[in-house]
Amino acid sequence: MAGGLAYTTDDLDALTQAQIFGKVLTDVGREHPEVVSLTADLAKSTKVGEFFSAFPERSFNFGIMEQTMIGAAAGMALTGLKPYASTFGCFASMRACEQVRTDLCYPNLDVKIIGTHAGLSMGNGGTTHHATEDIGIFRTFANMTIMVPADGLETAKIIAASYDHHGPMYMRVGRGFEPPAYDSLDYDFEIGKAIEMRPGKDVTVIACGVCVLQAMEAAEDHAEKGGPDVRVINMHTVKPIDKEAIIKAAEETGYIITAEEHNVYGGLGSAVAEVLFDAGFGGKEIKVKRLGVPDVFSVIGYPEDLYAHYKFDQQGIYNAICEMLGIEAADDDWDDDE
Amino acid sequence: MLHNYDNREDLVKFLEDKAIDIRKKIVQLVVTAGGGHIGGAMSMVEILVTMYYHILNIDPKDPQKADRDRFILSKGHGGVGICPVLGDCGYYDESLMDDFNQYMSPFGMHPDMRKVPGIDMSTGSLGHGLPISVGLALGARVRKQNWRTFCLLGDGECNEGTNWEAAMAAKHYKLGNLTAIVDRNKLMLDGPCNEIMEVEPFEDKWKAFGWQTKVIEGHDFNALIDAFENLPPVDSQQPLCVICNTVKGRGISFMENQTQWHYGGLDEASEKEALDDIEKMRKA
Repeated sequence: MAGGLAYTTDDLDALTQAQIFGKVLTDVGREHPEVVSLTADLAKSTKVGEFFSAFPERSFNFGIMEQTMIGAAAGMALTGLKPYASTFGCFASMRACEQVRTDLCYPNLDVKIIGTHAGLSMGNGGTTHHATEDIGIFRTFANMTIMVPADGLETAKIIAASYDHHGPMYMRVGRGFEPPAYDSLDYDFEIGKAIEMRPGKDVTVIACGVCVLQAMEAAEDHAEKGGPDVRVINMHTVKPIDKEAIIKAAEETGYIITAEEHNVYGGLGSAVAEVLFDAGFGGKEIKVKRLGVPDVFSVIGYPEDLYAHYKFDQQGIYNAICEMLGIEAADDDWDDDE
Repeated sequence: MLHNYDNREDLVKFLEDKAIDIRKKIVQLVVTAGGGHIGGAMSMVEILVTMYYHILNIDPKDPQKADRDRFILSKGHGGVGICPVLGDCGYYDESLMDDFNQYMSPFGMHPDMRKVPGIDMSTGSLGHGLPISVGLALGARVRKQNWRTFCLLGDGECNEGTNWEAAMAAKHYKLGNLTAIVDRNKLMLDGPCNEIMEVEPFEDKWKAFGWQTKVIEGHDFNALIDAFENLPPVDSQQPLCVICNTVKGRGISFMENQTQWHYGGLDEASEKEALDDIEKMRKA
């Protein structure tokens, strides 16, 4: 791991998730002179500005040329540099799709892509700027590693860990205003190893990104109301996925719900279903439900309203657990007139 | 350079003979491979021979030599053209190409840098080489190294918009250590470039993007040597595009300027005719 991370929830109060990413990248750059930063006219939005200020000779703004930025990142990696290229998740995965596949993944070059504003985090920015296909696209590229941090602190963990990782990596982050799922950096983090956020024996929610916090809150809600005992797994690495954690959850809880800010086709839910099917759960007493965007082009609105609209927010996950287990949803206190 | 000639006349003779050898090897490789992009391979022979034997700072015994010049074959379908050159230079035993294009072969239509020594980057999809070359040239600058990056493009390939993004970026970043070379054979898969998708005014486009340009005859070794021996200094501030006017299928009479020879195979009779034609190029 590069550097000693020293960010706390105090930083989270003062800094957005994206700003923390910018700060940690600068820390990594300070320690490692071969780290270079690239962006495509989104230095401000993706918060790489701090790196650009600290290391102007190692910073490259390619203007609005995502394809050339990724191609050039490949060229730089061939010279022994360690490029971190940032743009919005939708452009990284779709405008520069073939460059990522052919220039980075095929020769297995050491380039890290930070796709910001991913999922529905652009909210009313609209469907052109939503990225609900990126995990599905990149999951089919051999050699690719896909990271989806739950919050700003985990983004910091991933950036730091990415330095020692060899090969192409896509780090999928939000807009930076998402509430934290963690309250400290004091936890073990390993690329490819899922984190059990909460033990549970009745049902498992496997989530990534913003859905981790939503799943935690849904689980707590059930616990407070005497409902089922919900295990929550933070699958921060969608590829290579932690098969062991999925199979263990299936064996121990029997019910699996996946939750992600992505089309239900191709993303975390699909990956989990593939693992279960390959492991022979296809004919067994196991139920799986995938929460996400139901293969539609998303409507616009504030992100939290969209999470609710597509039912992968706290309430949506809560209700999905009830439905799966065949139990009545408990009345919410605030709904009670008495 | 991979020769010891110290006067121009002997050097040109050496390169001309080498070009004949390479053309014959390409013909034989196309036969081995069961087909290949032979038209565009023939049009770039003099360019490749000039670069690999005379211009590039390379060591075939040490393909990853840190300070080597980089050569990116952006027209990656030229695998059948570049692989015989690399084999002839000594990057690998030429017999390794006996299964070219066959099941599990490291050698195929589009060269793979992880399998073919001497290939600096895997290519094949058009419009990728110049952006990658911009990154290489920037990388050399960041690392304060003095090697050069050369990128060989097809003229049909220049339809791809990423070339013009990269052209803009190379000028912006003042990459005098980057040289684009265009194999301007004026034909693409479906027909003449000026009928399928016009690239003219071609030189003016590069000038408008802020590049220096040279237009030369791409089968004339004296012109090629003059152009590449007199590159702008590696620390200069403007990229250079050398447009090489060439003939698709050059050296084989039934192939020259024929659209249908973008890709093709050879039977025994046409192989013999091709080899005979190529031998006729030899000067006394």
